[in-house]
Amino acid sequence: MRASIWKVCNTCENSSIKETIARAHAYDTLLVQKGRYREFEILVDKPLVIRGIGYPIVDGEKKGEIFRVTSDHVTLDGLFIVNVGVSYTKDNAAIRVIQSKNFQIKNMVLEQLFFGIYLEKSSHGKVYHNRIIGEAVDEYNSGNGIQLWYSSDIEVLKNHVQGTRDGIYLEFSDRVTISENVSMDNLRYGLHFMFSNNDIYTNNTFENNGAGVAVMFSKFITMKNNTFRKNWGTAAYGMLLKEINDAEIKGNIFEENTIGINIEGSNRIKYTDNDFIGNGWAIRVIGACYTNSFKGNNFLYNSFDISYNSKLNDNVFEGNFWSSYTGYDLDKDGIGDVPYRPVKLFSYVVNRTPETIVLLRSLFMDIIDFSERVSPVFTPDNLKDAQPLMKVRS
Amino acid sequence: MLKILKYSFYDLIRSRWSYVYFLFYLALGFVLLFLNNDVSKAVITLMNVIIVLIPLIGTIFGVMYYYNSREFTELLLAQPIKRSSIFMGQYFGVAGSLTLSLVLGLGIPFVLYGLMQSNAIFDFSLLLVTGAFLTFIFVGLSFVIAISNENKIKGFGYAVLLWLFLAVIYDGLFLMSLIVFEEYPLDKFSLVATILNPIDLSRILILLKLDISALLGYTGAIFKKFFGTNLGFLISLAILLLWSILPILGLRYKAGKKDF
Repeated sequence: MRASIWKVCNTCENSSIKETIARAHAYDTLLVQKGRYREFEILVDKPLVIRGIGYPIVDGEKKGEIFRVTSDHVTLDGLFIVNVGVSYTKDNAAIRVIQSKNFQIKNMVLEQLFFGIYLEKSSHGKVYHNRIIGEAVDEYNSGNGIQLWYSSDIEVLKNHVQGTRDGIYLEFSDRVTISENVSMDNLRYGLHFMFSNNDIYTNNTFENNGAGVAVMFSKFITMKNNTFRKNWGTAAYGMLLKEINDAEIKGNIFEENTIGINIEGSNRIKYTDNDFIGNGWAIRVIGACYTNSFKGNNFLYNSFDISYNSKLNDNVFEGNFWSSYTGYDLDKDGIGDVPYRPVKLFSYVVNRTPETIVLLRSLFMDIIDFSERVSPVFTPDNLKDAQPLMKVRS
Repeated sequence: MLKILKYSFYDLIRSRWSYVYFLFYLALGFVLLFLNNDVSKAVITLMNVIIVLIPLIGTIFGVMYYYNSREFTELLLAQPIKRSSIFMGQYFGVAGSLTLSLVLGLGIPFVLYGLMQSNAIFDFSLLLVTGAFLTFIFVGLSFVIAISNENKIKGFGYAVLLWLFLAVIYDGLFLMSLIVFEEYPLDKFSLVATILNPIDLSRILILLKLDISALLGYTGAIFKKFFGTNLGFLISLAILLLWSILPILGLRYKAGKKDF
């Protein structure tokens, strides 16, 4: 049996994608020509390649879901999908993949959507180079850009997601690689991560999202060389870590976020070579975080470097650069001779009584911060960087 | 009164201290913008300087001017001029020249660095307005202190103490009461306590206009709700105005009663 090629265009014999799929055999290719196809609930139930030529528009006319893939080995490539139906009872998606293996979704453009790409109990697929532009205004009637639910071994690469509720959302999804994506201007989280283990995300950019990035209840996560920028607002975080264990956070840039990393109940995490630049709080530790290590990071011009709400400290700070370090280096080995104490008394006071934040940037606070730094009384005595770098790690 | 104002004003404008003050702000403005090259960031740094230095300089300058020009004042008192106009004239002369130094000293570098094109212009003008208010308030307070104390050392002492109280000690007491009463709802209290101190009020007014207000969290939201409305803004300006008028009234009263 030989795979055949089907041409779909507005004026051809095959003018409907849906009907052509019904006629096609497994492993055929559909070439969808430029034009506008007013179709929805297109079921792809056999292994097909559906490729758009010159970005044909598939218009769902806000009636419902658009593509539903239930077969293995399906490739969707180069389509422009618009007008997904908004529903309050169903999570309508532009592309929904159900229990499929070895699928590829690439070079798609999705606009005016509810949910974008929804992967459900699928594995070994690739979501590559898609552009998802939503116009979400309210959380309750908007969906996520790329959602993975009970899916594993998937690569999410070079996508651009903006203006959705959560840019990329993972739940119960293991061994997923998320690389080189840009997720910006989303209503809630740029990346939202729940109960998903052994995932890797590298070289992504998360910018100006309502609440930044949330990583929760997951184990063995690797995060490298990502950029978290301008997640600024009273409830925004560069990254929110909750119940994360045994993760590695390396080489990331946290720039101009209200809170760079908010850490809650996360243990055995290695933070190395990250840059924290111009954040409100670079790192805020809330309760029960043990055996974490912070090494070789740059802390530059943050209002507060570290905020800590307990007197107990089991975390290690070593060899970081702190822009507010005022010590000296007599033996010229590049390491400061006096330890640096990253927790200001003010941040300790603010943790205790949040209202005191109104004294931010007052002379009195500067004075008592200074005296606390000289002789710590309230902040954990062993919370210090004994080997602060004298120069920025480049 | 206008004649005396004019005299005091020109006297100060020509004096070395006004130039020093002017050059100080000029240098500060240029250095900040040179290092930062970002107008809105420079506004934040400037705020720290302004809310501490302006009251201090206003206080010291006011006391110094009053004691230095005492002989001249006595000469004027011998003339058929109303007492209140003599002191008002001097007061407005000092406060006016200090404000001019501030506005010009900071304004010139910022305008040169393209303030007019940036959207920080409102923050910056707020900064200058509060700076001007603080100058008037603290010069007024220092005049009242100086006129009530014949002894120069005592006068200086009280004036510096006043500055210390409003700039530092007040916040300390504020902080203590916040911590002691942390079990109670403190939003209203902190709002009122902030409004009552002109330095704190200026600080919060400027802070809320800047990005950094996001750090204020929940309390900040309450403050924003108050100061963000036109009413809240007008109330805070009214309080600043009240703070500037009260010393003037005190000065008039003291000047009318004092036996020279």
